[in-house]
Amino acid sequence: MSQESKKTTNLTIALEFKTSTFSVPVLILATDDLSMLEQQLALKIKQAPEFFKNAPLVLDLQEINKQGYVVDITELVGVVRKAGLLVVGIRAGNVLQNKQSLELGIPVYSAQGRDSVVENKNLVKVDDVALISPVSSKPEEIKVSVPTTLITHPVRSGQRIYAAGDLVIMAQVSAGAEIIAEGNIHVYSTLRGRALAGVHGDNEARIFCFDLQAELISIAGNYKVSEDLGASVRNKPVQIYLQDNALIIKDIVLHH
Amino acid sequence: MARVIVVTSGKGGVGKTTTSAAIAMGLAKRGHKTAVIDFDVGLRNLDLIMGCERRVVYDFVNVINEEATLNQALIRDKNCNLLYILPASQTRDKDALSQEGVGRVLEELKKDFKYIVCDSPAGIEKGAHLAMYFADDAFVVTNPEVSSVRDSDRMLGILSSKSRRAEQNEEPINEFLLLTRYSPERVKLGEMLSVEDVQDILSLHLLGVIPESKSVLNASNSGTPVILDEKSDAGQAYADIVARYLGEDRPHRFIDDKKGFFRNLFGGK
Repeated sequence: MSQESKKTTNLTIALEFKTSTFSVPVLILATDDLSMLEQQLALKIKQAPEFFKNAPLVLDLQEINKQGYVVDITELVGVVRKAGLLVVGIRAGNVLQNKQSLELGIPVYSAQGRDSVVENKNLVKVDDVALISPVSSKPEEIKVSVPTTLITHPVRSGQRIYAAGDLVIMAQVSAGAEIIAEGNIHVYSTLRGRALAGVHGDNEARIFCFDLQAELISIAGNYKVSEDLGASVRNKPVQIYLQDNALIIKDIVLHH
Repeated sequence: MARVIVVTSGKGGVGKTTTSAAIAMGLAKRGHKTAVIDFDVGLRNLDLIMGCERRVVYDFVNVINEEATLNQALIRDKNCNLLYILPASQTRDKDALSQEGVGRVLEELKKDFKYIVCDSPAGIEKGAHLAMYFADDAFVVTNPEVSSVRDSDRMLGILSSKSRRAEQNEEPINEFLLLTRYSPERVKLGEMLSVEDVQDILSLHLLGVIPESKSVLNASNSGTPVILDEKSDAGQAYADIVARYLGEDRPHRFIDDKKGFFRNLFGGK
């Protein structure tokens, strides 16, 4: 009996190819000044060190190349790696950059997520251009049409859910659970755990929940712990947003 | 189709082994061939609760290591010939269990048994992980107090993300709540969480409430699963739970404080 089952285990298939889709942050570079990049990258990471730690990253070179800057890919990758990020690809690079990248074992992606069009005029739309901060030439992280994450089962104590876009949860979030989104968070039930929205610095992100009993709420790094939540907002349907760097918790029902 | 049931909780001392013994005996008494496995390697208790400690020759680890066959290690229960016990090893630790080995033993048991009850050790480490990994149904045993409820919540998270069913994207494990050591009087005094409180936190299907009862201790000491004590409140509560699990519709009892009346009627406590 047991020998038979042993035989079966030996026949187990050792590998299988599958296709999976991942959301990976893209770093759009707007300067060839590596020390400036290094400095600003460090600042960004300081805002949410946990999320950037060993995070995969794609470098977007479109802006740099448009400006005619010359960047050594090896040095650039070195700077990013030093910041604790792992480069898993470059995109919109020129022939030399692509070659350098492949030599470093870093894959090369086509210019635009889906179909690469060199002269992409209106196709680029919201994606990159709008999100490159017009005020500063800071390297800005962008979201390329990240889908909403929908969770229909309870998020239990000890579980952690990370969404690269918005996060919608149709069940309760237990104490000791952690829900994290780069975008907004909606909880259509009781929120008892920790909820962190806009973790990559999106000040516009909001948290909505049916019943606020959270251990911690945070938007773009501005947080409040359970103790700071007044009785007026507890156990109520509320929305939480950021105004002048202060967390505002308001009844979800509008008062006129 | 055989079903693998895990009795789990996260927290220790909430009544997992008592529940495993009672449920396994209840299922067997209802005519289903049942095996109950002690996963608490190194802290074996199930054999005591089942009253078979003097008949242990081989154990679970021996079977996993192929030092004994299943038939050599399974102990037939003295009260019910459809119930078999697979004891844990007392001289080893949880590392003696392997996922492959546990899976193999369960597959073999499935050929012959209708229900396989896995008595999980406390904690969320290897022993508890392997006890729940292959489960089809989970009985989550919880005491009406906050730390037990939180640990159960944690265990529910593990059931829904780390089990074989979760890993292979199959239909999730059926999860049931068993509230044990419940005392309506103490709930009334505010010393204990109520059934509603616990359900509100865990949002889980309640299979039954086991009242705090002396009969549980008596049963443990005498090595007979409490479900055989048909006069006791706890014994009846477990019988209800087995019936509900098998699809019968039985109203919940032992939730309200009906002093005197129930106690006289059932002669409990």
